[in-house]
Amino acid sequence: MGKAVLVTGVARQLGGRFVHRVQRDPDVDRVIAVDAEAPGHDLGEALFVRADIRQPTIGRLLAEYDVDTVVHLDVTGTPLGAGGRTAVKETNVIGTMQLLGACQKSPSVQRLVVKSTTSVYGSAPRDPAVFTEATPPKSLPGGGFAKDAAEVEGYVRGFARRRPDVAVCVLRFANILGPAADTPFAEYLSLPVLPTVFGYDPRLQFVHEDDVIDVLRIASREPRRATLNSGTFNIAGDGVLTLSQCSRRLGRPTMPVLLPAVRWVGSALRTVGATDFSTEQIRLLTHGRVVSTVQMRETLGFEPAYTTVEAFADFARSRGRGLLPPTVLGRAVDRIADRVAQPGPGRGAGGTGATTTHSGG
Amino acid sequence: MADAKVIPFDEDRPRPGGQRSARRRGGPGPGRRPAGEPAEHPAPVSALPGAEVGDPGADSGAASEPPAVAGEWERRIAGGLAFLRRRITGEYEVDEFGYDEELTDQVLMSLLRPLYDRYFRVEVKDIENIPAEGGALVVANHSGTLPLDGLMLQVAVHDNHPAGRHLRLLAADLVFMLPVVNELARKAGHTLACAEDAERLLQRGEVVGVMPEGFKGIGKPFGERYKLQRFGRGGFVSTALRAGVPIVPCSIVGAEEIYPMVGNARTLARLLGFPYFPLTPTFPWLGPLGLLPLPTKWTIQFGEPIPTDGFSPEAAEDPMLMFNLTDQVREQIQHTLYKLLVQRRSVFF
Repeated sequence: MGKAVLVTGVARQLGGRFVHRVQRDPDVDRVIAVDAEAPGHDLGEALFVRADIRQPTIGRLLAEYDVDTVVHLDVTGTPLGAGGRTAVKETNVIGTMQLLGACQKSPSVQRLVVKSTTSVYGSAPRDPAVFTEATPPKSLPGGGFAKDAAEVEGYVRGFARRRPDVAVCVLRFANILGPAADTPFAEYLSLPVLPTVFGYDPRLQFVHEDDVIDVLRIASREPRRATLNSGTFNIAGDGVLTLSQCSRRLGRPTMPVLLPAVRWVGSALRTVGATDFSTEQIRLLTHGRVVSTVQMRETLGFEPAYTTVEAFADFARSRGRGLLPPTVLGRAVDRIADRVAQPGPGRGAGGTGATTTHSGG
Repeated sequence: MADAKVIPFDEDRPRPGGQRSARRRGGPGPGRRPAGEPAEHPAPVSALPGAEVGDPGADSGAASEPPAVAGEWERRIAGGLAFLRRRITGEYEVDEFGYDEELTDQVLMSLLRPLYDRYFRVEVKDIENIPAEGGALVVANHSGTLPLDGLMLQVAVHDNHPAGRHLRLLAADLVFMLPVVNELARKAGHTLACAEDAERLLQRGEVVGVMPEGFKGIGKPFGERYKLQRFGRGGFVSTALRAGVPIVPCSIVGAEEIYPMVGNARTLARLLGFPYFPLTPTFPWLGPLGLLPLPTKWTIQFGEPIPTDGFSPEAAEDPMLMFNLTDQVREQIQHTLYKLLVQRRSVFF
């Protein structure tokens, strides 16, 4: 008998794409796609069940379809459609509790994959520069999505203790970017002018959507030889970009705001509906966060196709030109270089070139 | 002013003066190469990529060769524009600690160099005690109210080391809480003084600089100058041991007198959240003018490396061994400090 996979959170881009992907697996017989909202996109052959994971109906679904793999993607930071932060939190935390309760009762479930986030590490000035999976957070996330994810992980750990026969995989994703990304950070990067925290240049890491789908697939099936896919793994592309590099590569000017005033700017942006500027996101924009991906490579056996820089470049291409496109700026500098080079040694020497050198820093 | 009671140790040979600037910014002249140093590090230029561009202060032989000079200028401008282009389009790289090598080499070091060369006239001794490759932990004394000694140490290694090594300093968490300061510190390659970061850097084969006295050293009163404080809990030794890298003791003379701290406004410090609030003969009284350090003459001496690769991995868990090694490092630094103080003619020259 083949596998029956239940996926939650399919009304989102990521869930929808994963459902498509997992159907193509030869050893998967049936895909049950669950969400409280009807998805706007096509789910292919998958069986869509409109169910709220906060309700106990989810247990009946597990029994009815003899589900053996549960992929829980409904842990998200932004509300889908209507509903505010409260509804998101309920779905994240209560939904996970219900789902785990149902899994615990179900004898057929053998594998559980949970989407989490690297923001469970928080970000504080006293943190080490690079987080490994074992780094305890110095300051627990005080609220928002990060706190939800930390609580979800806590419940998942409890479940793993009570059902040691179930392989549990928690994937902590860095900021997910890509042409279709709808995460709060992608929204932030799409603002015409990026508000930044004055005096801080956070280090950021990104993971490409395609890599997210690939790693979810690795986690949701039998581990390949010499790899182990149960446990907690950081998932991020190689390398680091600072926020200043991001803004320059996107061609979007930054507006440094003093730390106390950032909250006002954040709430103003939230009011106009531009982006969700949560406390947790402000902390990310202040201190940044970098995770170690050694476990992802060596234990999980996953090599991301995109580095942080490549994932960002793919995202930047999809977002169109900013106010100060890097190509235009680059050409302007090239023109100056040409003009300096042409008239020969007599002209253009001296202060101008030397001073511009330093203004770049 | 009299320099405390010191016991003369005279076996150290005074090096000829003027050697200090011979090798700065990796110029082609391999001026002072000590006899003991292996010759397979040719011109250190290669390790300072682009150090020749964007450095308007560099002294090129002016009128002797006009065409060459013109070419030199053109090359420099082209290099500067290429640098500018990379900066404004964001096409440069930082490592996972946020270290921006290009910015450090071309801008930050150039900004610090006048202070290093002209103001404090830093004299560097035995830089080759830092190995040319592989990890090493440089352990230095800490003083001077503001951590200028760390920055000068970084310039000293950057400008003088024959293999062009970069020093990665470990800094207190206060540095990473302050705006602007934290941004510059990260870009200059500093990171938080914690075992995880130190170990990660050492395993990557970097030269890591640490000042284990911490705030106790930098914020000690002027009367206690050149008296080493407790070396933390010896965490730096176990980190070096785990990574199997040598410990290079380093003594810095001259930094103690830049801001003579005669008092400490504890209440104000507590109010502002700082570990101390210095009162110097000039500081709060003359306003910003009080921030000007005294132009003391500095000497930075690197001592013989203490190897740690002979110990077994579990030795890092042995507290007695840790204390002994910590004391050995501490005594070596203290000893060298006394020697340098005896040799010093005056605080300012």
